[in-house]
Amino acid sequence: MTQLALVIDLNVCVGCHACVTSCKEWNTSGSAGPLCDENPYDANPTGTFFNRVQTFEVGQYPNSETVHFPKSCLHCEDPPCVPVCPTGASYKRKEDGIVLVDYDKCIGCKYCTWACPYGAREIDEKQQVMKKCTLCVDRIYDTKLPERDRKPACVLACPTSARLFGDVHDEESVVSKAIRESAGYALMPEWGTHPANHYLPRRKTKLKIHEDELERADNPLKVDGQLPKPGKGEPSMDDASAW
Amino acid sequence: MKPAFSVIFLTTLIGAGQGLFLALFTHQSYALFGLLPMQSNAFYGYGSVLALLFLIGGLIASFFHLGRPERAWRSATQWRTSWLSREVIVLPAFMGVVFLYGAAHLSGYNPEVVTLPGGLLIDLSAVLGVVGTLLSFALFICTGMIYACLRFLREWHTPLTVINYILLGGSSGFILAAFYSASAAPDQSDFFAGWAMIITLLAFIGRGTSLVRNAHLKPKSTIQTAIGIKHPHIVQRSMGAMGGTFNTREFFHGKSAAFMRTIKPTFLILVFVVPLILLALGMSSLVLLGVAFILQYIGLLAERWFFFAQANHPQNIYYQTIG
Repeated sequence: MTQLALVIDLNVCVGCHACVTSCKEWNTSGSAGPLCDENPYDANPTGTFFNRVQTFEVGQYPNSETVHFPKSCLHCEDPPCVPVCPTGASYKRKEDGIVLVDYDKCIGCKYCTWACPYGAREIDEKQQVMKKCTLCVDRIYDTKLPERDRKPACVLACPTSARLFGDVHDEESVVSKAIRESAGYALMPEWGTHPANHYLPRRKTKLKIHEDELERADNPLKVDGQLPKPGKGEPSMDDASAW
Repeated sequence: MKPAFSVIFLTTLIGAGQGLFLALFTHQSYALFGLLPMQSNAFYGYGSVLALLFLIGGLIASFFHLGRPERAWRSATQWRTSWLSREVIVLPAFMGVVFLYGAAHLSGYNPEVVTLPGGLLIDLSAVLGVVGTLLSFALFICTGMIYACLRFLREWHTPLTVINYILLGGSSGFILAAFYSASAAPDQSDFFAGWAMIITLLAFIGRGTSLVRNAHLKPKSTIQTAIGIKHPHIVQRSMGAMGGTFNTREFFHGKSAAFMRTIKPTFLILVFVVPLILLALGMSSLVLLGVAFILQYIGLLAERWFFFAQANHPQNIYYQTIG
């Protein structure tokens, strides 16, 4: 069983919104029709997005950190939005675990958004159907693209490689390794939805310098000066003084 | 949640219609066993027409909730998993049986189906009445379960949701039945008014219990579990959108805390206190029963508004600061 998913590294996300704009660009230009916007150049612009970058302040000034938090559909392994759909427009693909909406079947009743604790679905106010992240399903299998481009648009756009894409059921995949080795976690585990997307936590990056590393180990007398020239054939302590 | 008026009218109108049908058939069952005088076919028949009008009103209201009403027929396909789909099937089925029940009475085509041992004569309308009663309860359960099955909305995720839909619909329908019978069969209206008082009292207990329960709920999801960072002080600085999104429009009622504090006692008075007083005062007074039904219906609209507005969706954690 394949379960495609994103792993998002909060430690390197800089909050540039490149994933948001590239997602919008790719998905508003596809055969499924635009992701409609309202008042894009007016007061209160609003529109349909699959992916948003949110910003949180953790801690209190002056001991606070800014955390940028990209959020899209998590493609839950047990998606609560799917069984509630009355038309079958919402479904989870067996072959790769992507949760999709069939825009031709959706009646726009919004019941699936009530059943999603993550707020990952947004209705298209013009087309009146529910929309959500497709993991760029129209791109990742496109054999006309070079193989390295067969990834979701957000992953390709990320300048810091904060977004990884792969099969979380494959133990050897880059995403499984990242989850395993960098303490990847799921959002709101209390609801038992088993999100496929995972997040990698912030890590403290510390440069540890020991006292003796600040001093020249080859200068026990703490006198800076020319070292005595060793005799020919004798071992030397540095290249400069060697013959 | 943002209360949608289509759903508020749908649930209150079909609740009254279902309750009225239950009241009519309760009376017919009593009469069948000789506990009450059997009324004319016209009484049950036109009563069913009235119930059907309320159900049609609810059905029409429900279409305003859909973004794509022309595809509504598709919503009957997922009855295996979706309570909404089940409601979509049960509502027209119930309406059909109410129509047949009324038609059997009004057309006079009401053949005997079976005679029970003891000489009890079961005619077609009685069979349709039993089927309709089952479907009416099934519809109440479907409507309630649409909300009760959503485990994230903890204000709704309780059997009380289903119980209250049954009791509030029953109360509304029995008061409507009392009003109807005060004009169509005045000597029977105290039967309906009596049951209406009992059901209204039970509904008060049920709704009161759910209000107390919801007042003591502690949210399961926090900003810590939402973004997976275990720090006691986390504040959202930006939700990633400058002018609001679907998520800010659909899940916040947008009214002040003072409004929420006002609407709760308002609906408690209009739905429970006022009808109980009016029913006690005028068991067979057409005017008082009519006023009781209308005032309670207005109260039920407020009650349903509050029911939606009170539910606090965990997704709101992600949408606190526009910026």
